[in-house]
Amino acid sequence: MKLITHNMLTSKCLKGVVTGYPLSINATNINITEVDYNPEFITRIIPKLDWEVLWRAADSIGHSDGLPQTIEPKFEENNEFLKKAHRVLLEVDIEEGNLVCPESGRRFPISKGIPNMLLTEAEVQ
Amino acid sequence: MSRRPEHQAPPELFYNEEEARKYTQNSRIIDIQAQMTERCIELLLLPEDTPCLLLDIGCGSGLSGTVLEENGHMWIGMDISQAMLDVAIEREIEGDVVLSDMGEGVPFRPGSFDGAVSVSALQWLFNADKKSHHPVKRLYTFFSTLYAALSRSARAVFQFYPENESQLNLLTSQAMKAGFYGGVVVDFPNSAKAKKFFLVLMTGGAAPLPKALGTEEEDNSLEIKYARREASKKLRGKPLKNTKAWLLEKKERRRKQGKETKPDTKYTGRKRSGRF
Repeated sequence: MKLITHNMLTSKCLKGVVTGYPLSINATNINITEVDYNPEFITRIIPKLDWEVLWRAADSIGHSDGLPQTIEPKFEENNEFLKKAHRVLLEVDIEEGNLVCPESGRRFPISKGIPNMLLTEAEVQ
Repeated sequence: MSRRPEHQAPPELFYNEEEARKYTQNSRIIDIQAQMTERCIELLLLPEDTPCLLLDIGCGSGLSGTVLEENGHMWIGMDISQAMLDVAIEREIEGDVVLSDMGEGVPFRPGSFDGAVSVSALQWLFNADKKSHHPVKRLYTFFSTLYAALSRSARAVFQFYPENESQLNLLTSQAMKAGFYGGVVVDFPNSAKAKKFFLVLMTGGAAPLPKALGTEEEDNSLEIKYARREASKKLRGKPLKNTKAWLLEKKERRRKQGKETKPDTKYTGRKRSGRF
């Protein structure tokens, strides 16, 4: 699972959970896979992200080095920043671990890079 | 027995390892999936030359995702079959995938995606595979959470195989209830094989529904109506077999069905010279 997905993912489908965001990450195995750098996409996606959540997520798995905690006003001209954002968003891949719902504490296992968001009958709204 | 896969087993069991393998080795399946995804992208009306973040619902082994990548977009997929997603990871897709049941809702933050596509997945929602499944409720949960996950003015396009008219009505009514507007576009309605259903849902701003392929513009002018009536009077049924008129009509019919047909030229249906 890439961090861009983590930035979008919620557990609000769980019964009784209102926002279910952000999910915290317990990672046991992290891979770096190379992805083509597309500055246009990164510039477009950054305003849509919750940057604080991204930074905390990156920090919690030890990949926040060099990543600023807040976005500068003219980030689209800073190529170095865009490259770092690209790396954190698309190349850091969580292979094994858990996602934890902040409200209910429910764990969603990640195996082979795929987070399992399936619910049991009792958890469906 | 019915040949529709959704009548045979729940999706998470039907798409097992064997079925998943088919989706990467069978070139016909791959071709069809790619064509349908291309058409979905066309119907999404995304801004030109802008890389977008798309949601692929029922992404399976990522065949549709590959087409999205080729068009320069980043995608996140969701699917209920572990075996299919395993194949997707094996194929080294650029997008990301999540194991999730669309009937339980779309587990993403509001306004995340610039659009959503889905190829041959929606019909699975009509099933009640477990005792707790209630198709109407699942459809509504799905559409309302999808509506939230899309950014404004984004569209969602679903290619799917409806079983009957009432399924179509149920789908559109639940989508409208969730806040979408739009409808069903039927490509090549005159052909049994090439006929394809697309549910096009829009979130904001009034826009006309896109035109289906293989349907000709209806002329409403009086003159043409009369001409048609005259023609039908003259013919009373099909033209004589093996004549030029018969041949042209046959070619026209094939064109309407979206089949490959050679253009009409001065040589079409011409008699051979006596020397031959």
